[in-house]
Amino acid sequence: MNTAEIKAAIMDQFPGSVLESEDLGESQVELKADQWFEIATFIKENPNLSFDQLECITGIDLGEEASLQTRYNFHSMEHRHKIEILISHDRKEPKVASIEKIWRIGDWFERETYDMFGIVYEGHSDLRRILCPDDWEGWPLRKDYEGQELYHGIVIPKMKEEDGWE
Amino acid sequence: MTVDTLINWFATMGDFPILAFILAVVISGIPLFLVMALNAMIAVYVERKVSAFMMDRVGPMGQGPGLHAGKWGLLQTAADAIKLLVKEDTVPESSDKFLFKMAPYIIFIGAFLGLAAVPFSSSLQVADFNVGVFYIIAVGSIGIIGIVMAGWASNNKWSLYGAMRSAAQIISYEIPAGLSIIVPIMMAGTLNLQELIIFQSGTIWGILPNWIIFNNPFSFIAFFTFFISAVAETNRTPFDIPEAESELVAGWMTEYSGFRWAVFFLSEYANMLVVSGLAVAGFLGGWQSPIPGLFNTGLWGLFWFMGKLGFLIFVMMWFRWTFPRLRVDQLMHVCWKVLIPITMFNIFGVGIWKLIFG
Amino acid sequence: MGVVKGDQMILNIGPQHPSTHGVLRLEVMTDGEIVSQIRPHLGYLHRCFEKHSENVTYEQVIPFTDRCDYLASMNSNFGYVVAMEELMEIKIPERVEYIRVIMGELNRIASHLLALGVYGLDIGAFTPFLYMLRDRERILDMFEYTCGARLLYNYMWVGGVSHDLPKDFETICTDFLDYFEPQIKEYNNLLSFNKIFVERTADVGVIPADVAVSYGVSGPNLRASGVKWDVRKDEPYSIYEKFDFDVPTGTGEFGTLGDCYDRYWVRMLEIEESVKILRQALKEVPSGDVHQALPKKIRPPKGSVYRRTESPRGDLGYYIISDGTPVPSRVKMRSPAFTALSCLDEVSRGWMISDVIAILGSLDIVLGEIDR
Repeated sequence: MNTAEIKAAIMDQFPGSVLESEDLGESQVELKADQWFEIATFIKENPNLSFDQLECITGIDLGEEASLQTRYNFHSMEHRHKIEILISHDRKEPKVASIEKIWRIGDWFERETYDMFGIVYEGHSDLRRILCPDDWEGWPLRKDYEGQELYHGIVIPKMKEEDGWE
Repeated sequence: MTVDTLINWFATMGDFPILAFILAVVISGIPLFLVMALNAMIAVYVERKVSAFMMDRVGPMGQGPGLHAGKWGLLQTAADAIKLLVKEDTVPESSDKFLFKMAPYIIFIGAFLGLAAVPFSSSLQVADFNVGVFYIIAVGSIGIIGIVMAGWASNNKWSLYGAMRSAAQIISYEIPAGLSIIVPIMMAGTLNLQELIIFQSGTIWGILPNWIIFNNPFSFIAFFTFFISAVAETNRTPFDIPEAESELVAGWMTEYSGFRWAVFFLSEYANMLVVSGLAVAGFLGGWQSPIPGLFNTGLWGLFWFMGKLGFLIFVMMWFRWTFPRLRVDQLMHVCWKVLIPITMFNIFGVGIWKLIFG
Repeated sequence: MGVVKGDQMILNIGPQHPSTHGVLRLEVMTDGEIVSQIRPHLGYLHRCFEKHSENVTYEQVIPFTDRCDYLASMNSNFGYVVAMEELMEIKIPERVEYIRVIMGELNRIASHLLALGVYGLDIGAFTPFLYMLRDRERILDMFEYTCGARLLYNYMWVGGVSHDLPKDFETICTDFLDYFEPQIKEYNNLLSFNKIFVERTADVGVIPADVAVSYGVSGPNLRASGVKWDVRKDEPYSIYEKFDFDVPTGTGEFGTLGDCYDRYWVRMLEIEESVKILRQALKEVPSGDVHQALPKKIRPPKGSVYRRTESPRGDLGYYIISDGTPVPSRVKMRSPAFTALSCLDEVSRGWMISDVIAILGSLDIVLGEIDR
């Protein structure tokens, strides 16, 4: 099935959840965040779609004034088709349902996006940082990230525009 | 023999039996200690070279001017010994200090006492006990106390794991070792090591030397079960789970450094020597020559004994660099479910053989 | 083996440990020797690759990708340039494609040799490790002859490669392959069919196929569980469609399907398949100029791409977002070892500590890729 058919199948089952937009790529579908858990279960269990492989979860910061996004890449081993799903979050309080119970790799992928961007995945059993130390402050991959000065007494070097590293 | 001869010699000089005994023991302990140290030095060098050649490398080599390890790396062990002696003596803060310091010596004592009964030749043996075989097996168990002490006193979970595994392993494998060594005892009818060796003189069918290993099929199997149990007793691969490098860092030896670690190593090689010596004396004819009748006198005995001993130690090293290691439960399975039934069957078989063929 | 709950002990494996394949801390909750839960702690090797790549140009990201999976740098580069060329729609010359495949497959052999040798070391067999490393040295010598570096190459560039093959490379490589193929038999004699090795790895750490797909396990780990999935055949990139090779899957011949032995054996078979591809590629390399299609300035159109390639560890994916400037907006690396490590907890419940080491070794992880 190609992207249009998959989009139609989702819209069929969950009317009003798909957002249309101009600058979406070929295999991208943008969804609203509210029914995400049910839609995720649907795309996994529906026999025509059967997306059983969650390839990648990428967190994105689209710019200082714009929103955060989570992009999910799915693939089906049976039908060999793919889809990419985008979900936008409000910058002040980014959150969306967690899909770790559906695809087990969602556990670590969501922890990584939480660690880097601060997006809270509701329903996750153990949402804590995975790559940064547990008591790190801030969300490193956001565009407006200012690193902390000290970490347990160690000075964190900052990069200056012209002179390079401090 | 040596202790006896010394006591007799002192007796000719005067009547001081207790002092004579103490002096004799101390004086005969010195060459024993030298044997132990020399054995460790040579065995470590041979192990490094043998392992290197098996792994397609060269091992310690001395090249170039200045301080180096001698031609073909012969001075390497001496350099290692000096390094270990001058290392800082660390004792972990929260360990049980008394037990921590005592443990190496207890293991050392176990190996050292075992060496006293090994028959190097017909006249070179520190103490010719009437119960030689029984003595060696008994004294070999002292080492396990030291290992458990070392693992416990280090106050380190990894050491504890290694020590527990080692305790289970050594205690279990003493049984097949003991049961296998019963076979030569049954055939020779004596526990005395020299008499066991003299029993093996002569030939079978005129060509093969009358060693116990060639005597009947049951004793042939008994040699292999004894050797496998011996390798397990000394914590060598494939049974080196207690010191499994890739899992437990260094097992029960983790916290030891410097001279204490050197004592452990010394004891491990001395242990190898003792069990190989017992195997040679019990199964391979001791200091008897393999060519019946030829080269059988005087110092040739020492030569043949060291040759056979060297071969068995080489085989132990060969095992280490070829086989992977067994997991703990597989180790126990091999001991209790495989070796012990085979050894018991062996004893039964040898008994029937002796009954039928005399 | 069932899960036992007695008095639990918490044991720390790592971060400094001979067999964690890098700096990894495993917090293991055990009851005696039986494991009841494992919590991996990552991040000791986190070098902020993704943040750095937002401050440097597209070409300058390539050395960063080298350092992520440092044992298979050619394949890490390969993944990135394939994704970039899809985004920018560049057509590259045939010669460059062949060179990339040759380098990628040689690096696959080198990476598998290291993985198998180190696995033997974890199980306690010291000698196969040295034999395999000796042969890997010859591959690294060939890399050094081509581009000057032994481990981190910065070789594949967007639109081409950095250095052309030297004149006699084909002879040297063919000589190596002729020397290497009988060596595989020697490794099998020494390690693969050794009873102790089989006892340690067969039936241990079975990953059923559906659990593997759900955990995102890919590459040799997934193929050992019976799923025939290889990106080179199923989503082909570069010129892999021209070559004739098999995709080995696990068969469970010594134990259960998907156990540690299968993962070991699939890698051994993959080495032979890579040799096949190399022989075919070396015969047909066309001539040409490797720097012909290098763009003067890399300024991809606005958009995003997600492309995965087959690295020796599995599906290596790059998600690249460009906003029209020479500096990327976001580069995300989806590393196969990350997903492989995530299933360690579930797979090793109920096994012993020695088995945890065996399972971890069979997953073939590289911490540089996991932590980035």
